[in-house]
Amino acid sequence: MKTSSPLKWFATREGLYYVALALLLVVILPLVLDPFRLNMAGKYLTYAFVAVGLVMCWGKAGILSLGQGVFFGLGGYCMAMFLKLEASTPEATAIQSTPGIPDFMDWNQLTALPWFWEPFHSFSFTLIAIIGVPVLLAFIIGFAMFTRRVGGVYFAIITQAIAAILTILIIGQQGYTGGVNGITDLQTLLGWNIRTDEAKTTLYFVCVALLFACLFIARLVQNRKLGRILVAMNAQEMRVRFSGYDVAAFKIFVFCLAAAFAGIGGAMFTLIVGFMSPSFIGIVASIEMVIFCALGGRLSLLGAVYGALLVNAAKSGFSESFPELWPFAMGALFIGVVLAFPNGLAGLYQSYVMPLEDRLFRRKPKSAPTQPVSRQSKAGDEPEFDSMMDQYSAEKS
Amino acid sequence: MFDGYTTSELMSIFAMQGFAGLSLFSVFVLMALGLAIIFGQMGVINMAHGEFMILGAYTTYLTSNLFQTYLPSLFGGYFFVAMILAFVFCAALGAFVEWAMVRHLYRRPLDTLLATWGLSLILQQAYRSIFGAREVGVDLPEWMMGAFQVTDLVELPINGLFVMIIALSIALAVYLLMFRSGWGRKVRAVVQNRPMAEAVGINSAAVDRATFALGCGIAGIAGSAFTMIGSTGPSSGQAYIVDTFLVVVFGGAQSLIGTIVSAFSISQAQSTMEFFLSGSMAKVLTLLVVVGILMLRPEGLMALKVRR
Repeated sequence: MKTSSPLKWFATREGLYYVALALLLVVILPLVLDPFRLNMAGKYLTYAFVAVGLVMCWGKAGILSLGQGVFFGLGGYCMAMFLKLEASTPEATAIQSTPGIPDFMDWNQLTALPWFWEPFHSFSFTLIAIIGVPVLLAFIIGFAMFTRRVGGVYFAIITQAIAAILTILIIGQQGYTGGVNGITDLQTLLGWNIRTDEAKTTLYFVCVALLFACLFIARLVQNRKLGRILVAMNAQEMRVRFSGYDVAAFKIFVFCLAAAFAGIGGAMFTLIVGFMSPSFIGIVASIEMVIFCALGGRLSLLGAVYGALLVNAAKSGFSESFPELWPFAMGALFIGVVLAFPNGLAGLYQSYVMPLEDRLFRRKPKSAPTQPVSRQSKAGDEPEFDSMMDQYSAEKS
Repeated sequence: MFDGYTTSELMSIFAMQGFAGLSLFSVFVLMALGLAIIFGQMGVINMAHGEFMILGAYTTYLTSNLFQTYLPSLFGGYFFVAMILAFVFCAALGAFVEWAMVRHLYRRPLDTLLATWGLSLILQQAYRSIFGAREVGVDLPEWMMGAFQVTDLVELPINGLFVMIIALSIALAVYLLMFRSGWGRKVRAVVQNRPMAEAVGINSAAVDRATFALGCGIAGIAGSAFTMIGSTGPSSGQAYIVDTFLVVVFGGAQSLIGTIVSAFSISQAQSTMEFFLSGSMAKVLTLLVVVGILMLRPEGLMALKVRR
């Protein structure tokens, strides 16, 4: 895995996959799609941020969070609040009874900007908040849960409850949050009109660039000792703990990392789509984000990107032509992925296409890296764990 | 939030809202009992539990229509037939689902969550295609309408009381089944130590299927009871599923008494706070408190003492 120069890495098999994805996103899609479709592809890519985070947190470390929509939404709302304040200048809102505050606050008889909106006048604060707010919440949840050794199913249910709480709160507090409509009518970012076709194309490329940044961070984490401990923790948590590692700290870290990715994705979503509403962050949305990751392959960073693109493209395609059939297709997807190919498309690729490639290019067939599917620690995993630890100590020495 | 109320007024508000919360309590208990069996005993997360409940509700709706058209003289008693039918249908579907899907996933509890979520999407769309997106309600037989007047301020609707009686009797039946019958002993044996249970000759696959079917059947009864106090739509089940999971987890997943206690406290807290705050804020506060307590006490209110 270790290569001496960064350029050489691009010639490895893994490097080629990244190059292929970059070609697809940077060259092929912009050439093939018209601006409207490209904008939609950008929207799907914002979900890929969440899916990449889920690969780290669920696929590698075995922590299934059903509340990733919360972090996505927090990032998105932070960005939306900044844009909304920029759109609500006293001149633009002169017809309101209180000019200078967002229109939905005026409709809800608010006469002053709430205190937590004030800092969002500043762009630099907003940028920090987009990552900071989701990470802070993730840290609080993670700290409370993981230090008390709550995990698995219980963690999933509690994150789901948190998604429910946030959605009800946003819908209920219409005057402060825009309620069920969300924050709409966003026009400019620092004076730059985000509604034109050129702006949308630019935002698409920004989104791709950020996504690759996140992918490389995730890859960095995954290939270090840190990443191996995460995988080991998933397989044999007790043995990692007894080896002297602070399991809770690793879990909190990876959960915060996933939250940060989701927050960036949410902020990009707001910019690309032009509004933010509670329907993108609730329980249903959060679980759909899990299926993006599951379909692409819960162990594969790139698979997650393809999963997000494919499921969303299928969803748009299906709901345009057969709106009745989409829930059936989605349901079948959930069941099929879990029962038939738990490692998703990436897993299928690894077991069927890769051997073919090997034969085609007369490479020495290398067995696919075996990584355990997330499962509860049961007897039978130990040889795998041991070989992994051997590999690790061999590399270290 | 208590400003401007005298003590006696507060007392009657609590009493009134407390009784109002009882119908919510009944729905919670019925939903959560089925879930406590499936989740608490088997460790399977059944996200389609709400849809099983809706299946029971639609069964009741169809039965009431059938009675109205063909047996109007017996309409007063249709509910008991509907309840049995709801149990049978849901249990049969539950057994099928266990055979087709869940049994392959016993070692991967988080995956049962995803798969059953897919099942719930399919069921919801099926209901929408068959019964339409509109909510349906049933006509109550005459003896169920009206209310008992307890004091000037407090009155009890008979249908709510009836649902509560059903909830408590089902709870009692489940208790007897799980803790006082040979079958319940087998279930608990399989849960605690599967290889050992198999070694002494218990057919653990059959026990699993029956347990899952029982949980789903109770969800059907919950749906049947639900039609007495509200109307049913294709996605009504989804509205309850998170609350129900919280009820089960809050009570301590393996304790049936805990489930009832937590259903009671959550429904009472919610309905009492609804009087003082808006409905959504009451819900947010209740959920926040529950999540907060769960963070402090992850095993729930009444955890079984087991060595881990």
